[in-house]
Amino acid sequence: MFTARRSAGATAVIMAGALTLTACSGSSEASDPTTGANGETVLTVSLFGTFGLDEAGLFDQYEAENEGITIQYESTQGEDKYWPALQTKLNSGSGTADIQGIEVARIADVVTNQADLWTDLSQTVAADRVGDYVDWKADAATTTDGKVLGLGTDIGPMGLCYRTDLYDAAGLPSDPEELKQRLGSWDDVIALAEEYKANAPEGSAFFDSAGGLYNAIVSTESEIYYNAAGELVVENNAAVKDAFMKSAAAGQSGLTAKLEQFKDPSWDAGFGSGTFATIACPSWMIGYIKGKAGDAGSGQWNITELPGGQGGNWGGAYLGIPEASKNKEEAAKLIAWLTDAEQQAKVFEVGGNFPSNTEAFDDVADSTDEYFNDAPTGEIFSASAQSAPTQILGVGDGVAKNALTQALLSVEVNGVSPEDAWANGISKITNQLG
Amino acid sequence: MTATVSAPNPPAASADPGRPAPPPRHRGLRGLLFRWEAKSAPYVYIAPFFLVFAAFGLFPLLYTAWVSLFEFRLNSEMTWVGLDNFVWLFTNEAFYNALFKTITIGILSTVPQLMLALGLAHLLNYNMRGRTLFRVSMIMPYATSVAASTLVFAQLFGRDGGFANWTLSLVGLDAIDWRNGDISAQIAIAVIVTWRWTGYNALIYLAGMQSIPQDRYEAAQIDGANRWQQFVHITLPGLRPTILFTIVVSTIGATQLFGEPLLFGGGTPNGGAVNQYQTLGLFMYQQGWEFGSLGRAAAVAWVTFLLIVVLVLINALIMRLRTRERLSDGGSE
Repeated sequence: MFTARRSAGATAVIMAGALTLTACSGSSEASDPTTGANGETVLTVSLFGTFGLDEAGLFDQYEAENEGITIQYESTQGEDKYWPALQTKLNSGSGTADIQGIEVARIADVVTNQADLWTDLSQTVAADRVGDYVDWKADAATTTDGKVLGLGTDIGPMGLCYRTDLYDAAGLPSDPEELKQRLGSWDDVIALAEEYKANAPEGSAFFDSAGGLYNAIVSTESEIYYNAAGELVVENNAAVKDAFMKSAAAGQSGLTAKLEQFKDPSWDAGFGSGTFATIACPSWMIGYIKGKAGDAGSGQWNITELPGGQGGNWGGAYLGIPEASKNKEEAAKLIAWLTDAEQQAKVFEVGGNFPSNTEAFDDVADSTDEYFNDAPTGEIFSASAQSAPTQILGVGDGVAKNALTQALLSVEVNGVSPEDAWANGISKITNQLG
Repeated sequence: MTATVSAPNPPAASADPGRPAPPPRHRGLRGLLFRWEAKSAPYVYIAPFFLVFAAFGLFPLLYTAWVSLFEFRLNSEMTWVGLDNFVWLFTNEAFYNALFKTITIGILSTVPQLMLALGLAHLLNYNMRGRTLFRVSMIMPYATSVAASTLVFAQLFGRDGGFANWTLSLVGLDAIDWRNGDISAQIAIAVIVTWRWTGYNALIYLAGMQSIPQDRYEAAQIDGANRWQQFVHITLPGLRPTILFTIVVSTIGATQLFGEPLLFGGGTPNGGAVNQYQTLGLFMYQQGWEFGSLGRAAAVAWVTFLLIVVLVLINALIMRLRTRERLSDGGSE
């Protein structure tokens, strides 16, 4: 009795200790596998959304071509969940993958505030790749003292995707050339939307959302939320306010289907059911449309350039190596290979993510897309990428964009006046960033 | 007390008459150890819980209070700002909006949930075929993950082709934009919460009902009371402590509501275009993880915590008053 009780007490203490121990060691062991069982190098890659790298079979190909390398890949669906989780890991210095994806709206934050948490890629084998990118793409990832913290994967040159069957039904021209002639400015697009509304099939609007229209219009601007000096200027930026008001008016007059992009399940369903006929189309949207509209949507869609042949950019991403990585050399090799022209062209063929590597532009220039009525997607996006202005990226781009997109939704669905919505959006932005 | 008789050690026995004195062979060092062990063992047994609680409960709680006094962004230095975060909070319209929405969604979900649970428990308490099957099926929604059920409900409440609107169209009503409306979005979220927790509460009520002596029902029956009268005059009073328990637990749950509105909004903490379903939980998350202001988020966390403490105290106070009332009524129970 004496010894039994005594040892029970001791066991309790040990168990308590063991509990805390396992609680600590569990995570670090699981997420930090630098070397595998047979001594091969294990590279972890953590991305968000669809980069198209895995889809194009690039990881398998790299493993096959490089003996002793195993790639562990994971992806979080929403970037707005991916980024906060990554921030915690970066801050604690453990749990990060060897290669992490960085969205273009975050790169300014990385360059300005986190330079010491990421590896300078200009000091690695990936260095000679830096010159290959569209200028603004590489500049945005470079710190003032010349460190390169991310290499570009894709960019988001713009087009307008539309449903040919719905345009036909409403008596609108559905031939991309004919549309191109008609659409000289955004006002022409609005006029077309009015025309669509007059004869549209029941339950179908021209645009999907005011937010989508707004993001397309500002994608053609150079200075959006911040100026070159890194100051928040959105409040007094006439171009942004114009885009906002134009989109709000479209939302108010029933030219949009009032569906919040990426959040509303009805938005996803709308690609197939035809609740909207037109959507602003960054290159990465191509893959999204195919996924949501499915096989049944093949041949229903087409794509034309932005009004007046303006170039624009919406989104895109980078790959970076956290300072905490233990496999920097091998990770840099993999990044260099993944962002090479040949691989980027392959990703475009499969998923529609447009290359940021200028050498890949030639490879994709002749691409057409069967799903989109054999539209010359390569030509349209290359032209948009080349004529796109150099966008100034700021640390709070993501916050500002979300606030104004949310404000536009409130105009569409909650009856808030455009002026009030603009004021709400701006006060939200200045509250958080000002 | 046989040990006291046989042991020639009266002082020890009289010092602690409730405990048998140690047998004589344990005198000296071993005796000391034995007594130390007898005294310390209970603490050691419960130590694991408190160690884990201290590490994962108490420390975060206190550290959050500390952080709330700083301006603190992830990956940067903390700057002491005193009570500025709380001043910002209490002068912020968005906070009062979140507080108000938390309360309205809380009422919309808790009240129907507990009433339904009570009714279901009453039905389950009858002798019937397949009783176990029904009881087990009650707990199924509770065993489903919040994420899975919310995603399904978000589809059901979809504006175009959602099940809810299809049902409305059957009775000739217009489609509702559930997620974008103010009250409609709150109702949709309340439905998810209610669906998930009703069965759980029903089982707790059922357990409470089964502890009510059967002879009371028999006596009432002899007096000619029908089922409804039995429910009101025997079941409800008998369940009073159980009901108070479920109210406290649901209140805490409602105050912390987070997963359902987050996922219903598509994974962002906005709580809709005009924040029509942004609860305190979402407001805190938005400050901390969307805007990166951990100090402000910590301030929200502490205010929420204090709010819960106050709510629980009010509940406890009501319970005490009611018990006193019943005793002074000369209740024989």
